[in-house]
Amino acid sequence: MLEKALVGNKSYWSWVAVLLAIVGAGTLAYLYQYREGLHITGLSRDVSWGFYIAQFTFLVGVAASAVMVVLPYYLHNYKQFAKITILGEFLAVSAVMMCMTFIFVDMGQPLRIVNVFLHPTPHSLMFWDTVALGGYLVLNVTISHFALGAERMGVAPPKWLKPIIILSIPWAVSIHTVTAFLYSGLAARPFWMSAILAPRFLASAFAAGPALLILLCFVLRKFTKFDAGREPIQKLGLIIMYAMSLNVFFILMEVFTAVYSGIPEHLMHFQYLYTGLEGDTTMVPWMWASSILAIISLVLLYNPKTRNREFTLGLACVALFVSLWIDKGLAMVVTGFIPNPLGTVTSYWPTLPEFVISIGVYGMGALVLTLLYKIAMTIRGKVSA
Amino acid sequence: MGIDRRKFMKFAGLTAALSLAGKPTFGALVEEDSLEVTPPLEKLDKLAADARAVGQPLTARRWAMVIDLKKCHDAENCKDCIHACHHTHNVPEFENPKDEIKWLWKEKFEHAFHEQEFEFVQEEHRHSDTLLLCNHCDKPPCVKVCPTGATWRRDDGIVMMDWHRCIGCRYCIAGCPYGSRSFNWRDPRPFIKDTQIDFPTRMRGVVEKCTFCEELLARGQLPACVEACKEKALIFGDLEDPNSEVRKILSSQFSIRRKPALGTHPEVYYLI
Repeated sequence: MLEKALVGNKSYWSWVAVLLAIVGAGTLAYLYQYREGLHITGLSRDVSWGFYIAQFTFLVGVAASAVMVVLPYYLHNYKQFAKITILGEFLAVSAVMMCMTFIFVDMGQPLRIVNVFLHPTPHSLMFWDTVALGGYLVLNVTISHFALGAERMGVAPPKWLKPIIILSIPWAVSIHTVTAFLYSGLAARPFWMSAILAPRFLASAFAAGPALLILLCFVLRKFTKFDAGREPIQKLGLIIMYAMSLNVFFILMEVFTAVYSGIPEHLMHFQYLYTGLEGDTTMVPWMWASSILAIISLVLLYNPKTRNREFTLGLACVALFVSLWIDKGLAMVVTGFIPNPLGTVTSYWPTLPEFVISIGVYGMGALVLTLLYKIAMTIRGKVSA
Repeated sequence: MGIDRRKFMKFAGLTAALSLAGKPTFGALVEEDSLEVTPPLEKLDKLAADARAVGQPLTARRWAMVIDLKKCHDAENCKDCIHACHHTHNVPEFENPKDEIKWLWKEKFEHAFHEQEFEFVQEEHRHSDTLLLCNHCDKPPCVKVCPTGATWRRDDGIVMMDWHRCIGCRYCIAGCPYGSRSFNWRDPRPFIKDTQIDFPTRMRGVVEKCTFCEELLARGQLPACVEACKEKALIFGDLEDPNSEVRKILSSQFSIRRKPALGTHPEVYYLI
């Protein structure tokens, strides 16, 4: 099936070339980091996880969100999602691959990563996260491979695939739950130690992922002959509306608990985010931008007129995606370290090499997604070239 | 683990003794003033002497340390224990604080115990230096989160590190409520002032911290910081032994521990 990705028109190859260049730049920056060590990043003794781990966390959500199309289609036989289910599954495959790469580039001794399997430690959530993510990748590759293969032959997917598809639904929930447990189980970091972290992660994932999927459908409609159709996109818009509402609700619950209880070690993190702490206002403009974008997206989604119009729905998706990326892909991880366990503030901002490496990983993900979508489009015979 | 290390030390002693025996021959082959060769040989002499002087290993059921802050404050600006620790363990010194590695260091009292309130405490007390190190918790969160078993708690309570297994994921740093762990953001070796050959240096990309000088205990010696403290402000011993000094002090004087509410049961106690 992979050969379908090797045939394409000029614009397809130009796009692939652009992505390859981005991946190349990222690889060079990584080789520099590999030679020099992680001191070339903005990370420090106090803020020891940053941009890489934040991208990992955000993308686990994107990966998990595939369940928002898989569940209605396979469990409720919602036929409208027939066309886009494969897009959701391929998005999950690409997102999981980016997650794994972000973990890899964050490792101090990346070549020793097999130690996680040579010395399995069931008491560590990181061990379980590795198992969950690896399993999710295998599940989605298997499902999309056999489902698409059957579609090419014009036959129904093999019967044994069904239980695997059903398994992938709770598995999707598990990857983001376990990822939240990485954080929420740490007594050392009051900002993360919240029972609502996993539900909040899931809500933000089920908003950001399908929003990205809608935007991808628009892009595909513009550049290929593939049209997802109006009905599934509208349904996704509705899913996003509810998921985003829950997410904002959960965030407000976090803020209420911290502010009303007034316990300093909880409150200080929120001060760092929204007002600045000890002169460090790095996150303040970002967090307010995130809040405003969240409100804009909700207004556009709540109003049936703007939700039904695809242009304004697209705007809502962009606002929502950026809002959630700031919340989770920028602020959530470093705020756990600011202030540190001694109550002191150490600032963090990614360095240029750190940024280039991250863009490179996103480029790799976009490349994988492009190739997979190309295969899907070609098999459906709906692409021009 | 302990026995393995003892065997290893015997072997190391033998090897060192053999190289000592070879010295005259080797020395004859090398120019007298060759500085390249002499210092390592001297170091080997020292190593051999140390190996011969190995005493009975010090053992315990629960190692613990008491830090008498009043005595410590009597010697203002004294850093003997820190120097001894960092020198013994090849801890590098970086100019950039973000790369910093520290096993034993001083922090303001109000930061060391920042969950407490100090509104009416005199500034000199709030800002007084407090020695911090790994607490060797009975229930260490770092051990719980480590995905490879590269950090673990020994039966005698010492929380250990395997620098060859650590993958550098830094989950233990996120999990430690005391900020006791450091990461080698860059190659530490060029930044070690006087490398001790009887203790390993680390490579970039691994986490390190205080190990209660388990290598000295195995040779029958007290931790380097305890030995270095002229004020006798650091007391080290077995909490399970009712006759130990640490046990006597803790049962007769009021002491505090850092963040006891987290249930980690730190084994470093402070007399204030």
